[in-house]
Formats: sequence, C-alpha cells, structure tokens
Amino acid sequence: MEKRVKFRGWLLPLLLIAPQVVISAVFFFYPAGQAIWQSLFIPDPFGLSMQYVGLGNFEFLLSDKFYRASFATTAVFSILVTLCSMIPALFLAVIADRLIKGSGVYRTLLIWPYAVAPAVAGVLWLFMFNTRVGVVSWYLGQLGYDWNHVLNGGEAMGLVVVASAWGRISYNFLFFFAALQAVPKSVIEAAAIDGAHFWRRFWTIVLPLLSPTTFFLLVVNVVYSFFETFGVIHTITAGGPQQTTTILVYKVYSDGFVSQDLGSSAAQSVILLIVVGLLTVLQFKFIEKRVHY
Amino acid sequence: MQKRLLGALAVTTMLSPIAAIAQTEVQFWHAFTGRLGELVAAQVEEFNASQSDYVVVQSHKGNYSETLNSGIAAFRAGEQPHILMVFEVGTATMMSAQGATKPVFEVMAQSGATFDADSYIGSVKGYYTTTEGEMLSLPFNSSTPVLWVNRDAFEAAGVDPDTDLSTWQNVGATLDALKAGGSDCPLVTAWQSWIHLENFSAYHDVPFASKDNGFAGLDTELMLNGEAQVAHLTAMGDWAQDGKFIYTGRRNEGGANFRSGECALFTESSAGYAGIKAEAEFDFDVRPLPYWEGVGNAPQNTIIGGASLWVMEGHDDPEYAGVGEFLAFLSSSDVQASWHQNTGYLPITMAAGEATRLAGFYDENPGTDIAVTQMTAKEPTANSKGLRLGSFDQIRGIIDEELEAIWSGDKTAQEAMDSAKARGDALLRRFEAANG
Repeated sequence: MEKRVKFRGWLLPLLLIAPQVVISAVFFFYPAGQAIWQSLFIPDPFGLSMQYVGLGNFEFLLSDKFYRASFATTAVFSILVTLCSMIPALFLAVIADRLIKGSGVYRTLLIWPYAVAPAVAGVLWLFMFNTRVGVVSWYLGQLGYDWNHVLNGGEAMGLVVVASAWGRISYNFLFFFAALQAVPKSVIEAAAIDGAHFWRRFWTIVLPLLSPTTFFLLVVNVVYSFFETFGVIHTITAGGPQQTTTILVYKVYSDGFVSQDLGSSAAQSVILLIVVGLLTVLQFKFIEKRVHY
Repeated sequence: MQKRLLGALAVTTMLSPIAAIAQTEVQFWHAFTGRLGELVAAQVEEFNASQSDYVVVQSHKGNYSETLNSGIAAFRAGEQPHILMVFEVGTATMMSAQGATKPVFEVMAQSGATFDADSYIGSVKGYYTTTEGEMLSLPFNSSTPVLWVNRDAFEAAGVDPDTDLSTWQNVGATLDALKAGGSDCPLVTAWQSWIHLENFSAYHDVPFASKDNGFAGLDTELMLNGEAQVAHLTAMGDWAQDGKFIYTGRRNEGGANFRSGECALFTESSAGYAGIKAEAEFDFDVRPLPYWEGVGNAPQNTIIGGASLWVMEGHDDPEYAGVGEFLAFLSSSDVQASWHQNTGYLPITMAAGEATRLAGFYDENPGTDIAVTQMTAKEPTANSKGLRLGSFDQIRGIIDEELEAIWSGDKTAQEAMDSAKARGDALLRRFEAANG
C-alpha cells in the first residue's frame, strides 16, 4: 500500500527540498544560532561593546524567582487559553452542524472575531473591563463585585485568557465545523438505528473521528498561546500586576526591547527554544498515538 | 488638460531635488503626539522658515520607550537621526553609550551657534551634565510633580477648598474629611514611582540610591527602602486600603479620573496643565507637592521628569552645524517662554522664566509658576540633583510591581521596598557589567 516515489540521482530531490531548507536556514537556524551566541554575552544596547559572561546570563535568570514563576504562569496561561478556545469552539461547531437553516449566518458571525488583531482585541477587552470606566466592571460593581485587574493577579490572568481565547474560538470553530461535515453520515445513521442517542454518538463516533483535527488544533493553539498572545498581554496588563501575567515570550520582549538587556533576552530565547522543542516531542510522542487518522 | 498637468508634474519633479540639495537636512525623532506634537511641529516649521541653510525634518516615533528603542535600533543599522529625544529615565543608558552620541557642548562649540551653558536652570541642566559641568544633552521638555485640586469636589464633600495642603499630615486629615463627605476618589496619582519615591526622596533630601543617586559612579545601590520612604508608602498603603487613595495604573491613567471630575486630589506632573485646562469642567487649582513635616530636610527641591535631546554620532560636520543652529533656536527665550506657557513644562532657561513673568502670564494663570518655584527655591543637594541609574526603565517596572503589592495589601511597605532594592540592585550590577 505504501506510496513511494523513486528518484533517479540526487539532484532533483535536493533541488525540491532546497527552498524549505533555505527558508529554515535563514529564518530559523541563523537567528537561533545568533541567539545562542548572544546569550553568552552582556552587550550594551548600542552594540558598541560586548562583555563575555559565559553562562552568566542563564545563572542570572534562573536565580530570579520571577523568571522561575514565569514558567508556571506560561503553563497555566497556555492550558487555559487552549481549553477556553477549543471547548466552546467544539460546542458551537456541534450546534451549528445540527442547524438546517441559517447555518451560513451563524458561521459568518462566529468567524468574525478572528479578523480582529490581537492588540485590538486586547484594547477592546480592556475598555470593557477598565476598572474605572469599563461597562462590564461597572455592572460587576452594581452586583457588589469590585473588579480590579490592575491589582488582582487572578482577575488579570482571567482577563488576558479570555481576551486571547476569544478571537481564537472562531479559528477553532472553522476547523471543527469542517471536520464535523466530513464525518460520514452513514456511520452516524447506523448508530442511530442501533439506538445510540446523540451524546453517545458524539462520544463514541464523532469525537474519535475528530481526533486528527483536535490534535492539530491542540498544537496550533499551544503555539498560539505561547507566541501570538503577546499583543493582548502588552495592551491589557503589560505583564502585571507583580508579573502574574508575564509569560516567557512577553519577558523576552520586555527585557530585550523595552529594557535593552539583549544578553538576558537572548538567553531567554534559548531556554524558550528548548522548552518548545521538548513540548513538540511530548506532543507527538504521547498525544499523537491516540489520534486516529 | 491632462497633458498640462503632466507637464507641471514633470517640471516640479525636476525642480524639487535641486531645492533639496541646497539645504542640509537634519532628522529629529521625537515622542510627541496630540497637542504636544502640534507644538513641536510648529517649532520646527518656525525654524525652517527663519533661515534657508538647513531644513529640520521631525518625525514621531511612538512613546518615550519606543522612540529610544527606534533610535538604538537605527544606530545599530547605521541609520540614526541627528537628534533623538530621550526621556530622563534613559539618560544613564545614553551617557554610557560613548561613541554613539555626540555631547551637546561639543556640537555647540563646533557649530559656532550662540550657547551659554550658564543660562540654563541648574536643577534642569544638572540632570544632563557631567560632574564636570559639561552639557551632554539639551533639556527639552522638563516637568516636576505638583498637587492638582478639584475645588468643586471639595465643596461637594463639604471641605474647604482653601485648606492648607502643604504637608502630607494635612492631606491625610483632608482625605478623611473628603471620604466622610462622600467622595469616592479623594486622591489619585500618576507616575507613582516618579512622584512617590523618586521625587519624594529628593524633596525630603534622603537618598534614593547610593553614590549620589548614581551620579558618582556605576557601582550604585538603591536606598529606596529607607525609613522616610517606607513611612510614606505605609501611609499611602493605608489610604489605599481605606479607599482614600485610588490606584488606577502605572502611567497617567489617573488623569482621566481627575479630569472627569471624579477625584478631588491628583498628584501629577506640572505638564498635566494643558490637558486639565482643556478638559476640566470644574474649578481647579494647583499646589506644591505636599511633604511630611519633620521628615528629612523637607521641603528641599523636586526633580524633573521629561526628555532631553541627544545628538547622535556618525554624521557630517555641516549637518552638525545645522543641529547646533536648531538647538540654539530651541533654547532661545521666546521659543522657550511660549513652550512653557502652552504646555506647563518648565522653562529651561532663566530668561524664558523671566520673560513669562514679565508678560504677566503667572498673574493671569495662578499656580503655573509653582513648579518653577518648587524646583528652583533651594540649591539642589546630592540627594536632589536627580537620578542617574542604568536599566532604570526596568527598575521602575520593578518598583511599580512592588508598589502594587502595597496598594493591594499583599506586602508591607518595608517588605515591598526591600524586595525592590534586591531586584533593582541585581539589574544595576548587570548594567555595571555591560558598561564598566
């Protein structure tokens, strides 16, 4: 059954993979190598001089309890964003899939938030929850709840998670919806004739058939929550209060580009590289085994 | 018709490069938008119209941090502007960047433009000069914190708006009265670290950092966990817990609350004047920043915030001559006086302050001279000359975090400041390693 194309000689196959290799080299290997090199120095911001410190940058980072806490913050944040963006998306997709009339309208409306850039989404949510002028915080105040994400770390985390997950629900919805449409109707009808009710059919037939999509979305969403939520965090909390919303990537930015501490920033990138590498291995090793294609 | 238009276009395209070659271009990157952006643009236009040798091109590069970072990135790429606006927090970074910047005193000497270092106000200039008195960057917009009072909010709470608010002891009692009178927001602040720690220390003549607040060397350590600072922050923390001090954010978020009339008292830069005057629909006045009676040598003098103009290295001499002319123009008494009157920023020269006084501006706008008096009434001491600390933007971030822990009641003022010192010192050591 295995499909395999046989090439004669090396030239053509090399030529065919060359574009990918060149892109990886220019946009990944070269900058990654630079980061590793820079992480061994403390340079001044203008690039006029560099001080070799060996592993000093790493030592400095790992002895900083806020940096260590940032790992836990990142884990909590990514898990929450992934869950909060995938579960509602799946739920909405299942509901929209059952619609006979008007599903096009729902679909369009549900996809809209995806068009909003993260930084804009951040500002939007910030306005709603602004401690003094926000609409939502005003209503919460009427209910007797004093909303203050500027000082309360839990509330700040909740807000950045919701703001990050919100636009993402659309994206996930789109994939789940397409996958649901691809589930063969005959299998579901057979199960229905056998007397399986809706949720039973969902758990035993639909969900397993969705697993490739779910796995794909899991990977994509974790990557998103790691690297693309930057705009949301920057606009809503800037990592505060007391660094409770400082995820690893945000710290790379704030140390490197706000504080001009390029050595520490490079060292953090190297650590991040290792973390993401490990995460990818884990995902493919353990979770992909449970995926049925 | 179309042909004629094309012909006209062709002629203008042919002519314009010739016109551009005749004038030497000077790039000026700044961080101002809105009203301030318009005022800067107007200054530049006025300069360009006043002579024909040079043309200054101003561009807005984002907020203070972003402007500094654009300047640094541009320098690394060899595309740096001639003049870069850098906020006071970035001063130590720029001073350590020898080879990237060209000291202003040198530029002025070379260009032959009129320049008298003694005509600048000492406490403003002191921030940007070496210990030998050589001016490294030109002070541009400088302000100092003052206390803004919403008189209507006082009346509404049944408190006399003319109450003496010169000391924090009096302010404390007034906050009680405001709260009891039904005020939801008795006190709000902007720039908490700048006002309640950096200026607080200078104003009470207690050190913020060792080595004369960093002026005397890179091996400086924070001293913001001293008795005076901790006592002040403890009081502020108690007020926050009682709902008498409302915390709104790290920058000038509180300005919106004050300008809308919600808050009674507001500690903010004197440069808040333009915005408050434009938006406030209530009767307001301005008072000197309060001090604790009996603590340190209060009131000493407050220090400045704002930005200065740095000249970047790597351009040709004729261009530097243009830079010199432009900086001399900016320092001229008329330009400075109108800048001071329009914005609430301090005049940078004695002459500009005097011109403003003679024009009767202070009599017509009572309180606008408070900032000037507050800064210049006493000769600055080693504790009140200013701050010169590396990585200070980052350290301010740490201080903000620790202050937030006080306001929320998570930490005592002592715990928070001890932690701020430990974390800040680690950054100072890194800066020393990078620049030593």
